Amino acid sequence: MSFDLDQFHEAFFEESFEAIDGMEAALLKLDVGAPAPDLINTIFRTAHSIKGGSGMFGFNEIMSFTHTLETLLDELRSGNMDLKQSSIDLLLKSVDVLKDMLHAVQNKTGVDAQVVSDIQFELELVVVQGRKGGSAATAAPEAPPSPAGASQPEQVEEMTTWHIGFEPDPGFLQQGNDLFGIFAALQALGSLSVELDAGDLPDLEALDPQDCRLRWQLELQADASRDRIEEVFAWVADDCRLSIEPVSAAPETATVASSNAETVVAPVTSLPPEPPKPVAAVAEESTRMAAGSDATSIRVSIEKIDELLNTVGEVVITQSMLTQMGEGMEGPVSERLRSGLSQLERHVRELQESVMRIRMLPISFVFSRFPRLVRDLSQQLGKKIELKMTGEQTELDKTVLERVGDPLVHLVRNALDHGIESAERRVASGKPAAGTVHLNAYHKGGAIIIEVSDDGAGLDRDRILAKAREKGLIGADEVIAEDAIVDLMFLPGFSTAEKTTDVSGRGVGMDVVRRNITELGGYIDVTSTPGRGSRFTINLPLTLAIVDGQSVAVGSETYIVPLVTIVESLQLGRGTSNRLVGQGEVFSFRGEYVPIVRLHELFDVAPRARELHEGLIMVVEGDGRKVGLFVDDLLGQQQVVIKSLETNYGRIGGISGATILGEGTVALILDVPGLIRLAADHLAAA
Amino acid sequence: MTAEAAAMVQEAATPESQQVLTFTLGAESYGVDILRVQEIRGWTSVTRIPQAPEHVLGVLNLRGSIVPIIDLRRRFGIGEAAFTPLTVIIVLLVELPGGRREFGLVVDGVSDVVDITAANMKPPPEIGGRVDGDFLKGLATVAEAMVILLDVDTLISKEVALVAVEEHEH
Repeated sequence: MSFDLDQFHEAFFEESFEAIDGMEAALLKLDVGAPAPDLINTIFRTAHSIKGGSGMFGFNEIMSFTHTLETLLDELRSGNMDLKQSSIDLLLKSVDVLKDMLHAVQNKTGVDAQVVSDIQFELELVVVQGRKGGSAATAAPEAPPSPAGASQPEQVEEMTTWHIGFEPDPGFLQQGNDLFGIFAALQALGSLSVELDAGDLPDLEALDPQDCRLRWQLELQADASRDRIEEVFAWVADDCRLSIEPVSAAPETATVASSNAETVVAPVTSLPPEPPKPVAAVAEESTRMAAGSDATSIRVSIEKIDELLNTVGEVVITQSMLTQMGEGMEGPVSERLRSGLSQLERHVRELQESVMRIRMLPISFVFSRFPRLVRDLSQQLGKKIELKMTGEQTELDKTVLERVGDPLVHLVRNALDHGIESAERRVASGKPAAGTVHLNAYHKGGAIIIEVSDDGAGLDRDRILAKAREKGLIGADEVIAEDAIVDLMFLPGFSTAEKTTDVSGRGVGMDVVRRNITELGGYIDVTSTPGRGSRFTINLPLTLAIVDGQSVAVGSETYIVPLVTIVESLQLGRGTSNRLVGQGEVFSFRGEYVPIVRLHELFDVAPRARELHEGLIMVVEGDGRKVGLFVDDLLGQQQVVIKSLETNYGRIGGISGATILGEGTVALILDVPGLIRLAADHLAAA
Repeated sequence: MTAEAAAMVQEAATPESQQVLTFTLGAESYGVDILRVQEIRGWTSVTRIPQAPEHVLGVLNLRGSIVPIIDLRRRFGIGEAAFTPLTVIIVLLVELPGGRREFGLVVDGVSDVVDITAANMKPPPEIGGRVDGDFLKGLATVAEAMVILLDVDTLISKEVALVAVEEHEH
């Protein structure tokens, strides 16, 4: 029988990568002096299950490697070996190698065999050297395990004799349960002896052949755990009374065993000593436990959730359409209709929120990579740095989560490299030798705030200013407000690193960080105190599926402007704008001259207001530039569900997407940074 | 669509014949593969798209999906559609290399569903006109009148290419 394993590979990889992340996190938590046994157990179990999985799929290199890893972990677990810092380092390295190997198998590429065998050898060496007492002298390095080692994990479990009391309910057979299959499955686990109790069998006249009146006492001698046995009964647990007890000593004293179930017809009078009620209780408890452990979460593809979210978005629109219609109704029924509609509205909102929540994941998925990063980097930089993380359980949308990782890594690297000073300098300025980098996340309104702060030297404003002048980002004698200086480093083409180090100088500047954050509809701020440190604050929307928007009217069209980009809306008096050569129109806004972008000209729409004083100016900011959008009117603020225009059409400059308004028409959502670029092109072309 | 027409759709098209939805545009009759037709709906005003080609009128909300609407008259260079309540949009599902897309075509009116056999279909002659002709699948004679069969995939792929060019320019 050919059987396609590929479909299970992906699940194996996904689970393994998750498990490895957990393993890494546990390793970082280990104390050298007194390692917590449950942490070592967690790490051991992870290695063990990856070994099992890779063995099953025939990834022999991974299996062999994890076997070695497992051997070392087992020594640690059983206390035969003391945990040293060097072993943790080695284990972390092996985790990396394991990750590489999994990636290699997943992408069907090769892996550096030398690195793998080096680490594997080191692991073996540690096992041999580390064994306490005299055994170290005699134990030879374990030979690299052969594929035959796959059966090893099962041998770890000891031979136990289990006593199983099995009383099917009368309706057992009518449920379509397969009695013979259960016995066969048990027999496969070890040596099984079966004892039939037919004491409840009624007289032949009274016998209903569809009822099951038989009971069994089973003795199973196997190297199986209780879980394995319960698994056999998993499908029938509701239809029977079950007790599974280990037989501690002298298993064969009292039982009259028979090896063949079919031949036993005679009633057996001896019943197990346990009274029936507790047996039922045990059975119930064991089924409940089994159900609890595997029903806590399910894997669902993100497309399915998005589809659901989409449909719910439709329901929201239909509901608001109905509400509008209901408001216009009169008569005796209308009151009841309206109350029904408002109830509907509440439920729909709840539904939408719950669906959104499915997409939400705790930010710990991103934070979890930092302990390792900080550990490695601080070693590399020769600085002492402690990482503090708070608010790891703060949830945000999966898409936002995936895209905020790189900017955060960049900020943390920067804090480590430029922010925190060397231990000597810290001590000299009266600070503790070890620097602290603090990652914090929390919800505020409809946004998530992520802070990266350090207690380092703070930003050097003079250097930033000098650099900006040198790069020609500002004029030589231009005066910049103290607060605005730090913002200069977000400008494209700015990088303070005097020498590019491998830590933070990789050609990616803060402008990229800011662009990434803006693309997600958020913004980033920085505050810094010389000598005390700096803090970067990232403000992000919880989800990319909805946006808080301000609707504006231009002619017959409605556009949505994301609320985060709006600085202020105002009306200009006559003659308050000026025309600059090559710059178009500008107006004075809080001491700076801001260009005016007439939205109707840019989008070629017939407007109601042609003169500036007839309409409104909405000052918006994108990519650090401000413009005044000239529109006819402001309509209202609302949360809108973002729809892609690219699904059926394509990207449009200055437009980030579309949404469906209450009355069912489509409104376009403005992409403010794109719009500003578009306006600049427009001006250049004119 | 009338019940009669719907019943005709139910009939299994043999390999040699296919069912075609015919519509009028100016003086001519055109046809598209019925299996590509998602729905036929009356004209409602659209939301304009900035920087779109002239014949792309804008987008509409079709059960939650944002669908571009094309004025086929402008596309074919025969004037522009008169937007009355009788103006009809045919919503098509097209298969493009980048995946499936929905597009709406504004036409003068929908006529009928007809069976067209392979024998009945003639290749289009080389047309030297202002509209490039490779989205013409063929010409068929139905009740002694000519029906121009359109290859919607090719027609729409040109639209998408057009958008891609615009995008490139910006």
